[in-house]
Amino acid sequence: MRDTAARRAGLLWLLRPKLRTKINRARTAEGRVFKALMLGFVLLFFWGLIFAVIFRMLIYFRGTQGIGDILAAKLLGMAFLTFLMILVLSNVITALSTFFLSEDMELVVAAPVEPESVYGARLAETAVDSSWMVALLAIPLLIAYGVVYTADLSYYALAAATLVPFLVIPAVLGSLITLVLVNVFPARRTRDLLALVGLFAAAGVVALFRFVRPERLMRPDEFRNLVDFVAVLRTPSSVWLPSEWATDALMSQLSGSFQWFPFAFLWTTAATCVVLGAWMHRRYFEAGFTRAQEGAQRAAGKRRSNLLDKVLAGATPSTRGLVSKEVRVFFRDTTQWSQLILLGVLVAVYVYNITVLPLFTGEQLSFLLINVVSFLNLGLAGFVVAAIAARFVFPAMSIEGRMMWLLRSSPLDVSRLFWSKYWIGTAPLLLVALPLIVITNIVLQASPFILALTTVTMIGITFALTALALGFGALYPNYETENVAEIPTSFGGLLFMMAAVTYLAGVIVLEAWPVYLFLSSRVQEGQAEVGMTPLVLGVSGAALLTLLAIFVPLRLGIAKVRSVDF
Amino acid sequence: MTEAPTADASVLAPRNGKGASGLAKSPMISLRGAKKHYGRFEAVKGIDLDVHRGEIFGFLGPNGAGKTTTIRMVAGVLQPTGGQVLVGGDDLEKAPESAKSRIGYIPDRPYLYEKLSGGEFLRFVAGLWGKEGEAVEARADRLLELFQLSQWKDELIESYSHGMRQKILISSALIHQPELIVVDEPLVGLDPRSARLLKDLFKTFVKNGGTVFLTTHTLEVAEALCDRIAIINKGEIMALGTMEELRAQADAGGAHLEEIFLKLTGGEAMADVVAGLREAIE
Repeated sequence: MRDTAARRAGLLWLLRPKLRTKINRARTAEGRVFKALMLGFVLLFFWGLIFAVIFRMLIYFRGTQGIGDILAAKLLGMAFLTFLMILVLSNVITALSTFFLSEDMELVVAAPVEPESVYGARLAETAVDSSWMVALLAIPLLIAYGVVYTADLSYYALAAATLVPFLVIPAVLGSLITLVLVNVFPARRTRDLLALVGLFAAAGVVALFRFVRPERLMRPDEFRNLVDFVAVLRTPSSVWLPSEWATDALMSQLSGSFQWFPFAFLWTTAATCVVLGAWMHRRYFEAGFTRAQEGAQRAAGKRRSNLLDKVLAGATPSTRGLVSKEVRVFFRDTTQWSQLILLGVLVAVYVYNITVLPLFTGEQLSFLLINVVSFLNLGLAGFVVAAIAARFVFPAMSIEGRMMWLLRSSPLDVSRLFWSKYWIGTAPLLLVALPLIVITNIVLQASPFILALTTVTMIGITFALTALALGFGALYPNYETENVAEIPTSFGGLLFMMAAVTYLAGVIVLEAWPVYLFLSSRVQEGQAEVGMTPLVLGVSGAALLTLLAIFVPLRLGIAKVRSVDF
Repeated sequence: MTEAPTADASVLAPRNGKGASGLAKSPMISLRGAKKHYGRFEAVKGIDLDVHRGEIFGFLGPNGAGKTTTIRMVAGVLQPTGGQVLVGGDDLEKAPESAKSRIGYIPDRPYLYEKLSGGEFLRFVAGLWGKEGEAVEARADRLLELFQLSQWKDELIESYSHGMRQKILISSALIHQPELIVVDEPLVGLDPRSARLLKDLFKTFVKNGGTVFLTTHTLEVAEALCDRIAIINKGEIMALGTMEELRAQADAGGAHLEEIFLKLTGGEAMADVVAGLREAIE
């Protein structure tokens, strides 16, 4: 009887709890039809967007005689290479949780199950968790190639068959890297290390990709001559990488002369990787898992910050306690503070993008263009602030879920907790938002009126976006998760971003009128006067919208937290 | 032989000690028809209960009886679906700040801020109750010393063992000098030395004018420690009183709490379960 049970607990059996959890969660989730519709709508929108961009590029490439196919292959290769890098990185980080830190692993390790079954189940989980977003991105990309090259069904079947080993290889490599790291460092230290390495790598990829200015690919005239251009394109960038094999297999099929070799190479490499991974797992997993349990190292909390104490001198003890707790917890968690690196790179890339805009022609049209861009910059900078708020402010209430026993049993009112969180979120966001708008508009040489208007508006926008993030985070919380990074990717996070974009659009539309009148009066000197009425009306409207965006989500959020049973 | 630990009386004195309160004769906890529903499930079905000042009150019941739900309502963590919960005469719904300022709550699962040190956590909790300064520092030091955590004061909680977390949790409930300690399964995770210390601590706290409201599955502890006991089953109080009164209510003269408990909570059916279990094993 015992043997039967052991045989039965194979790979699929081990995957069952996770599958059932997902099914049960989907079945019992509140408002699941609405959520499914919203997610479906957003997915279709992004698919449509990606498809349209790729489709247009491919049509343009096909029109470039001689090098059109090379350009198309190059683009596909770049996309696959980017996917590969993202996948390896993401698999390394996910594997640490699925193989070593997840709470159910102790039960699995204690059960009489073959190591290969454990490996297979955890590898599948790692691959799915790390790859679903890349797979979703790849779908419109590959369809666009099929449509432009008028491919038949065999191309789509081949694309699906290519994607499978392409996703498996980085999953195996990622888990192997994690296995090695865990055997060298304790798991919790490894997590910190990976967070840092991952962030630096991501920041590096973003910076490199941006500073290389890939848009030049669309402007071959910038290259000294066509020969140089094609020579750069023809250089095989990565013959040893699965991204190249996937590109070769698909492009050969699209051009009508399918090559078996790269396709077969992709599959055999994936199979070899899995076998090698299973062998390594059998050999080194137990030692690594044991080391992963040895997390309890004595780690001293640093001395109290005098600066923080001085800044908070006038606050009540509870507010002071809450703020200094937030600051300490954030800066002691590598997975949290390391995100600031990526943030820094994003801001640098943003400012760089503005500086390379080809606006300065010296004509009068340019004045109009510069000021229009400076004004619209408000929307873009607002979007960046919204994304940062989604990452740092949206999870603020969720991360208190496990500590609600303390916060709720204390005399601290929920609204004070909310307001403390609000100011803790607003202050650093202002430090990002203001330089973002002021520096870029000074670089753009915007007029003092536009500079003043956008700066004041940006302050309002930051206050509103923080409130929206905090409010939506409380309305759609995830009190159970230990992984803060997954909180903003939830349905509530999506709704927050939609609300943020709607709010930003509202503010811009309301202020566009006075800005339009101002710019017209400057362009057609003396013909139009800038009256105060449109300015007052527009700015008052935006201010009213901002006040609503601050107080409504905060009030709803406070009411929601008060009503939740913890 | 190591000497048994003793609780330091000064650190365990509640804010309003013996005779200090004008409301001394009113109960510390009053539940008036308190009920709690989770969807259609009735976890607590409108119970009435008074816990007097200066007593250790035990709240017992089988798994899923409604103990933790009741204790969390008393601690102000859960809002009752109906009825009233009064702490020191203040309604938890109408005057939550005043009612909660009297309570020190110790939950059964020690979730803490992993990235704070023990000392910082105690300071943070004191701040939530509006206290800070030298008095808090001195009190934190004395509590940490009492639980032998002094040398861990500046270490992050993430490196603490389960028992150490439980001790820091107990210290945090005492840091602001509560009048009432509400505690869910107090002895879980504690070594025998600390368990003994905690029992002494409760007795000293109560002797100094404090009140303890606890749930436990360890019936020997309840029998030895509690002045009065209530037994809850399926969301309703089945029996309430001193050990003598419980024996009378259960018609079980001379019986221990275990027999009374099983009798009142339908545990006599256990005999069938044990027989079935034995059969399955054989």
